Amino acid sequence: MPLDWSPLWLGLRYAGLATLLSILVALPLAWLLARRRFPGCELLDAAANLPLVLPPAVLIYYLLVALGRWHLRFSWHAAVALSAVYTLPLLFRMTRASLAAVDHSFESAARSLGAEEWRTFWRVTLPLAWRALAAAILAGFVRAFVDFGATAFLARDPSEGGGSVWPIVPIAAIALAAFYIGNRVRRGQVLA
Amino acid sequence: MIQARLAAHGVDVEFQSASGITVLFGAAGAGKTLILDAIAGFVTPASGRIILDDEILFDGASRVNLPPRRRHCGYVARHWALFPHMSLHDNLLFPLACLPGVARLERHRRVKATLERFALVEAAPHRPHAVSPAERLRATVARALIGEPKLLLVDEPATGLDMAMRAEWHQVLRMVRDETSVPVLLSTRDLDTCFELAGNMLLLDAGRILQSGPPRNVLDQPIGVEAARLLGIRNLFPAEIVTLDPGRNTSRLRLENFELTGPYFPGRLRGDRVWLCVEPGQLHAAPHNGTKPAMNQVAARLERASEMPRAVRLEFAGGIVAEVARRDFEQQPKDNDNKEWLVDFPPHALRVLGCP
Repeated sequence: MPLDWSPLWLGLRYAGLATLLSILVALPLAWLLARRRFPGCELLDAAANLPLVLPPAVLIYYLLVALGRWHLRFSWHAAVALSAVYTLPLLFRMTRASLAAVDHSFESAARSLGAEEWRTFWRVTLPLAWRALAAAILAGFVRAFVDFGATAFLARDPSEGGGSVWPIVPIAAIALAAFYIGNRVRRGQVLA
Repeated sequence: MIQARLAAHGVDVEFQSASGITVLFGAAGAGKTLILDAIAGFVTPASGRIILDDEILFDGASRVNLPPRRRHCGYVARHWALFPHMSLHDNLLFPLACLPGVARLERHRRVKATLERFALVEAAPHRPHAVSPAERLRATVARALIGEPKLLLVDEPATGLDMAMRAEWHQVLRMVRDETSVPVLLSTRDLDTCFELAGNMLLLDAGRILQSGPPRNVLDQPIGVEAARLLGIRNLFPAEIVTLDPGRNTSRLRLENFELTGPYFPGRLRGDRVWLCVEPGQLHAAPHNGTKPAMNQVAARLERASEMPRAVRLEFAGGIVAEVARRDFEQQPKDNDNKEWLVDFPPHALRVLGCP
């Protein structure tokens, strides 16, 4: 009996797409939060970490509801989206750490030499952070791949659904508050 | 010409500097790097105005704040900041690639000319970690100059360099000073660098400019005791002027435990309280053999003698420090029990500063 490779291939494909989707969000977000201070940056930081603090069942349920509105529920798109959402915090945190580790003096030198922000990022920051970024992407991919089993069922339609997306709001608010306070404590602005 | 008046993070300064090398001299934390960063555009001052030639780089009142790339300031960072993932050639090419309207051929021609000028042709294909420190140093300055900046900002790169590298560094800066018209603003804690290279010096303390002028003038006439301490001047004693005789060009100063005769101090009045200042190298010291001290000789107990590269530093009770040539010290009679010495304060070496 020939060995069926399709589940493995499917898993790799889903994990690859989820990682790609996730890094496209995580990289600019990480750069923004690693290099800029602006009002609401801590909330944005908390929002990016939200999937870490939401119970999986809750997240899956409300993601199903949200995807249902776009007629994406129980499709491979849904599985990829969920996987990307779960991978995002890990990728975001690792990417931000890798960008923050790049010595500012290289970026300052690039700017003083006439480079605009995009060129500085593309020619200086990214090449200097590539090892750590590659490690982050790999970790994100592994996470998405391992989670494949749990998310694959989203690709199958049990011909039922419905509900409202709104109950996620108080849960998200609590999670955001918890992260916000956690960040303040970490920076010594609370309990100092 | 750079004109700057800025206030940021405890720094409040106003100065201008034209051609040649201007040194920002001060202790660590005096605000030297902050001033350079504010001019380069890395730090936004709370208020003030920075003008480079005829262009306003920053104006707090009208909210003008040009980004670093539009300020035309070359910047040499403390740790060089050559891009480690690029060869020296590509490091030099980087600023030209950012300049609009410079054709590819012209870029390569300029890189080639700069590599030759800074003796970097052989090192050009290598990355910074694979070349010698001297080549790294030259490449950093070459990269900062290749875009033809209006001002070169240099942030204390000589700190921690060995003697050979320091000489190389001074040589590169001399070349910049003598062969280009780019004014240089250099921050340093090294007085030798000031004297060897700078035409003008800004003495910075806790975010304020205490004094400015040619380095020799600043060192010879510190504006006050803070300036003198910053310049590393030892032998600062509170004193009172008890007599002044312009006819004989003499004065008499009363210190805590003794009196000294000095030159006439123009602008001072009898009864003025001043700081007496005398360079350690201008004091003469000899073991006390029991004779009565002559004029301006003070008996003092030797507390410590320490070796210096070309002299011996003698520290006496009362905070008197003398530096005598090693040969003179070795010729003194050796009597380890005799800690009593006579220190001679030559009248011409006495200077007075401010009020205590």
